[in-house]
Amino acid sequence: MLLSHWRRHPMQLATLLVGLIAATALWSGVQALNQQARASYDRAAATFGGARTAMLVGRDRAAVSQDLFVDLRRAGWPVSPMLEGRVPIGGRTIRLLGIEPVTLPVEASATAEVGKGGVQAFITPPGQTLISPETLADLGLMEGATPAIGDALKLPPLRVQPQLVQGVLVVDIGIAQTLLKMPGQISRLLIGKANGPRAPLEQVTGNQLRQVEPDAETDLERLTDSFHLNLTAFGLLSFVVGLFIVNSAIGLGFEQRLPMLRTLRACGVSARLLNTVLLVELVSIAVVAGLIGLVCGYFIAASLLPDVAASLRGLYGATIPGQLTPKPEWWLAGLAISVLGALAAATSSLLKAVRLPLLAAAQPYAWQQAQSRWLTLQGALAAIVLTGAAGVLLLGDSLIAGFVVLAALLIGAALALPVILGLVLALGERSTRRPLTKWFWADSRLQLSGLSLALMALLLALAVNVGVGTMVESFSRTFTGWLDGRLAAEIYLNASSEQQAVEIKRWLKPRPEVKAVLPGSRTDVQLSGLPVEVLGFADHATYRQQWPLLEATSDAWDRVRSGDAAFISEQLSRRLKLGVGDRLEVPALSGNWQLQIVGIYADYGNPKGQLGVNIDALVNRFPAISQTRMGLRVQPADVPALIAAIQQQFGLDGRNLADQATVKAESLRIFNRTFAVTAALNAFTLGVAGVALLTSLLTLSNSRLPQLAPLWAIGITRRRLAGIELLKTLSVALITALLALPLGLAVAWCLIAVVNVKAFGWRLPFNVFPLQLIQLLGVAMLASLLAALLPIVKLLRMQPAKLVKVFADER
Amino acid sequence: MLTVRHLTKSYRSAQEQVAVLRGVDLDVAAGESVALTGESGSGKSTLLHLIAGLDQADGGDITLENVVTTGLPDAARAALRRDRLGLVFQQFNLIPSLNVADNLAFQSRIAGRHDAVWQDELVERLGLAALLKRYPEQLSGGQQQRVAIGRALASKPLLLLADEPTGNLDEETADSVLSLARDLVARTGCGFLMVTHSARLAATLDRQVQLHAGLIR
Ligand SMILES: Nc1ncnc2c1ncn2[C@@H]1O[C@H](COP(=O)(O)OP(=O)(O)OP(=O)(O)O)[C@@H](O)[C@H]1O
Ligand SMILES: [Mg+2]
Repeated sequence: MLLSHWRRHPMQLATLLVGLIAATALWSGVQALNQQARASYDRAAATFGGARTAMLVGRDRAAVSQDLFVDLRRAGWPVSPMLEGRVPIGGRTIRLLGIEPVTLPVEASATAEVGKGGVQAFITPPGQTLISPETLADLGLMEGATPAIGDALKLPPLRVQPQLVQGVLVVDIGIAQTLLKMPGQISRLLIGKANGPRAPLEQVTGNQLRQVEPDAETDLERLTDSFHLNLTAFGLLSFVVGLFIVNSAIGLGFEQRLPMLRTLRACGVSARLLNTVLLVELVSIAVVAGLIGLVCGYFIAASLLPDVAASLRGLYGATIPGQLTPKPEWWLAGLAISVLGALAAATSSLLKAVRLPLLAAAQPYAWQQAQSRWLTLQGALAAIVLTGAAGVLLLGDSLIAGFVVLAALLIGAALALPVILGLVLALGERSTRRPLTKWFWADSRLQLSGLSLALMALLLALAVNVGVGTMVESFSRTFTGWLDGRLAAEIYLNASSEQQAVEIKRWLKPRPEVKAVLPGSRTDVQLSGLPVEVLGFADHATYRQQWPLLEATSDAWDRVRSGDAAFISEQLSRRLKLGVGDRLEVPALSGNWQLQIVGIYADYGNPKGQLGVNIDALVNRFPAISQTRMGLRVQPADVPALIAAIQQQFGLDGRNLADQATVKAESLRIFNRTFAVTAALNAFTLGVAGVALLTSLLTLSNSRLPQLAPLWAIGITRRRLAGIELLKTLSVALITALLALPLGLAVAWCLIAVVNVKAFGWRLPFNVFPLQLIQLLGVAMLASLLAALLPIVKLLRMQPAKLVKVFADER
Repeated sequence: MLTVRHLTKSYRSAQEQVAVLRGVDLDVAAGESVALTGESGSGKSTLLHLIAGLDQADGGDITLENVVTTGLPDAARAALRRDRLGLVFQQFNLIPSLNVADNLAFQSRIAGRHDAVWQDELVERLGLAALLKRYPEQLSGGQQQRVAIGRALASKPLLLLADEPTGNLDEETADSVLSLARDLVARTGCGFLMVTHSARLAATLDRQVQLHAGLIR
């Protein structure tokens, strides 16, 4: 009997379902993406030597003799040898890792499988080849197969290890030495965390080996956290916006069924039974909607995954598989969130049902009084939330605090919206004496309570769109300008050896098209426990003119040339809390290198800290540094020919020889894909807000007849009424959208000045892009127009008889 | 002033065609008050709505002050209501978002015939002075109907049409509201056509007509 209500109001049921489905779909879609990425980080981290470990490598990263391993073990070093190479399988080359399972440091291994009594099988002939399921599928092979590599050799039988990272084959180091034809050789030595007395490295191995600290870039989870937090925040926002729809649909359905509920109660049905029935109904609807939402969420996630994967690869070098494999927990969590969301959205209605008085309550207050009480309450809440936001902004100093500020800002603004709208509308009402205009304002005010949730959703969606749009645009502008500065040379090359580098330089010298050769070198050091890259560059007009300095002393370049001063990257300056004029010490072979900071430069997207110094000074302090990199200044027109000539002469391939245009295009492509995800989610939220507005308007239009009928009877045509109604909706939407713009800019500022700084360590210049704002305003008005159109058409086509009925119906 | 000739109207319900009015003839002179009675479902409201131009007749003519209003387009009929008629229904006569003062002046203002002196007189005669700042939902049923009558008369219509204006009121209130209406109608000299179930109220008007089987008796 209660269900018959939905059959008579299919639109309402549809609205309820759409809201729940949208909420669940967006939320669970984002969750699926996050889970997928997390799972793949875990796998990457579990790769042997996946580089959360420190290691020892040869001077030029060349292979070294395995005797060193024995020497080091004897000297107390907890090292384990590893050999790496590539083997050809079926026309492709795959990375092959040879490991020594017995000495492998625990933290560097995913030895669950190897350890389970499998070590024996792994190391004794024919041995085993560990492979990830994806790689196995990629190669079109079966477990147990022994694929041939090259001419005569064969891999040991393949054995699937699910935790293994993609694109890697793992065998015992002895087998690897045979397969790679590198007998007695190793590529590097992993250093375990075991502490004990150990002889100094130089004493044991002379200068054959150097120690490489664990790479900052491998701590993928920490690095990508901010990215995932962003996604989660978006998912949450969409979810909340979806719940706005659910709330209004449930509220309406409940209002309309109140008389029936009263009748049932009057007939003796117990309140408990009624409430149980209502609850069961709601939960079943939520489960159905949740299931559909999960399927939609799956598709959303699957369609966004390539972009997400591309951004993660571009930003952090993290690879995640392109195939979406949601875990069972994901399905359960999705259903749970749907049910919880529906219950949360229905709370007020359900509470009303519980306390349902048997007699229709007389209205104690006129709408004006009720509204002003409600607005006062909302205003007070908004003030509290916004004050809280300001407090967190002043006191908080973490990424989470940044997001708390953002959330509080948005919630506070949403709560304040009806208050502001109420004030504006009241002002409008007071400013006119013309009856229709007055009614226009007064009636908008009357509708406010019914529309406010949808308008809040619109406000939030728009503000986030403005905020993220501004940030992306700021980033985009800054990024391109910065790329121009950082990639000043037209061609970048990296010779395969220092000897070749010298030859290349000699070969380049007489060529007239080469304006300048700018050598560059880099080395890794540790500063206060942080891995830092020291970049050496020549003193040349190219850098002087283009280096993206944010702040510098006037004599900065001369100071850097003298060798006792350095530029510091923005991230590093924030992390070490060092500014221009401060001093720092870089550990070098010949004792500490005292450097004064004379400038801070932008180094966007680099998770590592960086110092920029004069290259001659750098080579002086680190004589063993490899000097193979250089940039060439060439007229753009001469670039292709010169690249072709270098390729032919020195056999450098694309990885070691790149022209600036290609590098820039690649960087921009990664950048654009990163924000494609954001743009898609942005569009989704705006769409959901549009639906929220539509449903609210439809909901309201049902109860608006008594308000419109008197005007029609007095002599205002339906067409005129429809026009006024449309204008009313559009004007409240416009006021909301206009309020969303400054809010959006505040959100952008929060993202740029708080969240980004905490998440990435750099701060973008804050710009306002009026054209973008106008465009968004247009989109918002279009969405409102579309949402308002259906109820308006309904009104236009309404039979007079239906309007007349209002006056005759005995209620 | 109002002449209705051979007016017919039928409704098409699911299966059958119901002829509600089968050729109604009716005249109301200026300054005359007429009570329209008839059993429930006899078509009283239908007739009133046709005269008000809220709905289209199937056949016949309605003439108001020498203007044939049947067959006029939607907009013209709306203008007719605005400029010439005053309407009072059983309920929902007032605009909920406007207060009493604004409701009272609404029609006269959009009709461009606002007369502050006349409105003040109406407020006084209807006893609304203390209620001007209130909103419709803060008024009792009788108060609401008084405001509705004031609103309808403020624009000095040719004809006041009322469909059971006191249907929701108790006898005593109904009597006082109606006597006020009668006084004010007499004062403006407009015609007054009122649908009522109550023989007692009908008897207080100048003339009574009864609708039966689709015809005026
Ligand atoms: N829109 C409509 N569609 C179909 N039939 C209608 C419609 N409006 C009225 N009717 C029918 O027309 C007849 C006359 O209705 P009307 O409302 O005019 O009666 P009434 O005399 O005013 O009755 P009451 O005294 O109960 O108000 C009724 O039988 C009613 O069912
Ligand atoms: Mg009737």
